[in-house]
Amino acid sequence: MHAIARRRHHRAAPLLLVLMLLALITGVAAVAAPSATATTEASADDIAEGERLFAANCASCHGLDAQGTEGVAPSLVGVGAAAVDFQVGTGRMPMQASGPQALAKPPQFDQEEINQLAAWVASLGAGPAIPTPEQVDPELGDAANGMLVFRTNCAMCHGSIGGGGALTQGKFAPSLLETTPEHIYEAMLTGPQSMPVFNDANITPEHKRDVIAYLDFQSNGSPGGLSLGAIGPVSEGLWAWLVLLGLIIASTIWVGARSS
Amino acid sequence: MGAKLNSAAAGTANWADERTSIGGFVKFFARKLFPDHWSFMLGEIALYSFIVLLLSGVFLTAFFVPSMTEVHYEGPYETMHDVAMTEAFASTLKTSFEVPGGLLIRQIHHWAALLFLAAIMTHMCRVFFTGAFRKPRELNWLVGFTLMVLGLAAGFSGYSLPDDVLSGNGLRIIDGVVKSIPILGSYISFWMFGGEYPGVDIIPRLFTMHILLVPGLILALIALHLFLVFLHKHTQYPGGGKTHKNVVGLPLFPVYTAKAGGFFFVVFGIIALVASVFTINPVWNYGPYDPSPVSAGTQPDWYILFVDGALRLMPGWLFGLPLEWEIWGYTLSWNILIPAVIVPGIFFGIIALYPWLEAWATGDKGEKHVLDRPRNVPVRTGIGVALITFYVILVIEGSNDIVANLFHLSLNDITIFFQWGIFIIPPLAFWITKRICLGLQRKDRELVLHGHETGTIVRYDHGEYIEVHRPLDEQELWLRVSYDNHTPLEIAPELNDHGVARKGYRWDRFKQRLSRFYYEERVEPVTRLELEAAHHHHDAQGAHEAAEAEESSERLDDEWEQLEDGAKR
Repeated sequence: MHAIARRRHHRAAPLLLVLMLLALITGVAAVAAPSATATTEASADDIAEGERLFAANCASCHGLDAQGTEGVAPSLVGVGAAAVDFQVGTGRMPMQASGPQALAKPPQFDQEEINQLAAWVASLGAGPAIPTPEQVDPELGDAANGMLVFRTNCAMCHGSIGGGGALTQGKFAPSLLETTPEHIYEAMLTGPQSMPVFNDANITPEHKRDVIAYLDFQSNGSPGGLSLGAIGPVSEGLWAWLVLLGLIIASTIWVGARSS
Repeated sequence: MGAKLNSAAAGTANWADERTSIGGFVKFFARKLFPDHWSFMLGEIALYSFIVLLLSGVFLTAFFVPSMTEVHYEGPYETMHDVAMTEAFASTLKTSFEVPGGLLIRQIHHWAALLFLAAIMTHMCRVFFTGAFRKPRELNWLVGFTLMVLGLAAGFSGYSLPDDVLSGNGLRIIDGVVKSIPILGSYISFWMFGGEYPGVDIIPRLFTMHILLVPGLILALIALHLFLVFLHKHTQYPGGGKTHKNVVGLPLFPVYTAKAGGFFFVVFGIIALVASVFTINPVWNYGPYDPSPVSAGTQPDWYILFVDGALRLMPGWLFGLPLEWEIWGYTLSWNILIPAVIVPGIFFGIIALYPWLEAWATGDKGEKHVLDRPRNVPVRTGIGVALITFYVILVIEGSNDIVANLFHLSLNDITIFFQWGIFIIPPLAFWITKRICLGLQRKDRELVLHGHETGTIVRYDHGEYIEVHRPLDEQELWLRVSYDNHTPLEIAPELNDHGVARKGYRWDRFKQRLSRFYYEERVEPVTRLELEAAHHHHDAQGAHEAAEAEESSERLDDEWEQLEDGAKR
């Protein structure tokens, strides 16, 4: 199941699909298909536990069969394990309150429960899988290329180094400076909320890892000192007035205080 | 030892004096009087930050390469490894990461630039609200205004030099603004960029402008500005003994020379402190210029934000009508022309010509060397606050995305709010300020007539209670009663003695209307008679105080004579 999900957008996907169908027809599907994945294979118990968690925590909006509710919550069939891991792992789901967008908060489930939920949702239809540690390792990425990819695809909403920025009608692109590599990868792959999907044809998995390396590089801090939120010249201007001019005017008053 | 040193100093001074006659100058400057107030140092902040700019700028020119030739980065900064960029950007990175102390000097230069303009504008506000622009200083107001505009030019040209994404976007906006000028726009743009934007000429050209032309002009105008300050003598805040004909202060030497000299190091020190702690313009984040990416938080430095704000405020369509017209195949972009050219033009025009506007309204031809208290000129103060409000709205709108993100507001709502607010809030600010000023003037009247409340309640023998008021002292009185009280202009009638329409009547009428706007509503300062009457009223309350009252009344008469002598010009 996961093998299919991961290879869905691969160049060889149509060929694989045909082979798969052939396998199905010839009755070998049951033994051949699962053998490709080993690491993220979910047991039937996990899927069952996931379904139970889903029914208790998610179904009121998404429906018991995860088909979604018109105007309230989207169908989750085919969103894949990656979407679940992102949405539940960053605390955005279950949604706390309706508003312009779902806000991140401390996650409500531990990683094991999230994996179980993800396994169940993934069992509903093929979708993007949770990335492997190797896919999101910033050490393996090229930060300079990440800079180029980031500023072409991401910076217009998230800011030049991912400090975040405003969108329309109260929505916003969050800061990425605290986001884990897995979640960055999953967000690109699944396009949560206002974010577009950057599939593997759009930004290849290697380039995704470069982006992660670029964002990870920012945790070194600014070479120039404190970064004032890394949101550009507005905060610098505010600082110039409040702190710089403020300190100097305070000292003029101090200098002038003696004789006046 | 002391005597030896003294004779050596005297010898040196004599040597210099015999060859340059410098003694006369020293005598003149050392004895020149200056009034003292902290707000007179705001202009000094601008001057000193300009000196810091010159010093740090000279350092930066040693490493900056004003060229748009493409190179691949070979320096140590990881996220720029092998990225294609111009030499200008590469040399900025080199200055930041490879030149010892380079990053600090860059940050000092940029922080000083932000401070330079902030100090200029604060200084302008001080001059405006205290009426220091009145005769004979109108020309110096214009010189200062020009310095502010040159400061904007210096700032913007410097902001554009590193050729990073942010500065390139800024230039692109300027290009668009220039192109919106009817007929000439595209020609000016091609002339500026040496062809289609961005071309390869703009960085070297801006460099010449930034390090030679603009600073040269600024230096020349600073010299003129200071010369005029010396010529006119410095203005002084109102207070006992200060008139339009004298200067009350301390000699330049030694107090002010020491203060001013020391203050330079205070300014330099604080700039250096901030520059060493806080990042400014991290071009390594923005990356080399490429016309395609525009990141969130793309804004100019704060002093250009008002133009950006005006552009963001401007709707593309108004009541269903497009603001971009096509006339015989030519495009006329009102949606750019109005916010970026016409509105700033009018705004700056009002500021530049304001001294004349007010001179027409007052019709006062006298020289003004004593400053106004803002409350005593309610309409001017109101206009000033309205202009600041207008400017601040544009600045906030220019940062609308940052504001929206910070306070979790809707970007669209902020813009709609200010689209209405820009017409409503400044007049409201004018009105509120004027009312506050008039209220403060009334409070002053109250205080002069009745004195300070002491909080002491006295009961007389016959059972009456009164509150004891303490009369104001001389200084307090002077401040509150001896200011220029203008009344609306009286003009000659429309027809002259022969029943013929008078030449210049319409102009006079305009000035009269203006004058009414300024002075129709006013609070008169307390007159001597009023004060005496009030005093007698108070004294009448207690028979046993009569003798005392007579005494104080005499004292009051003396005071008034002194005050009036002082106020006469």
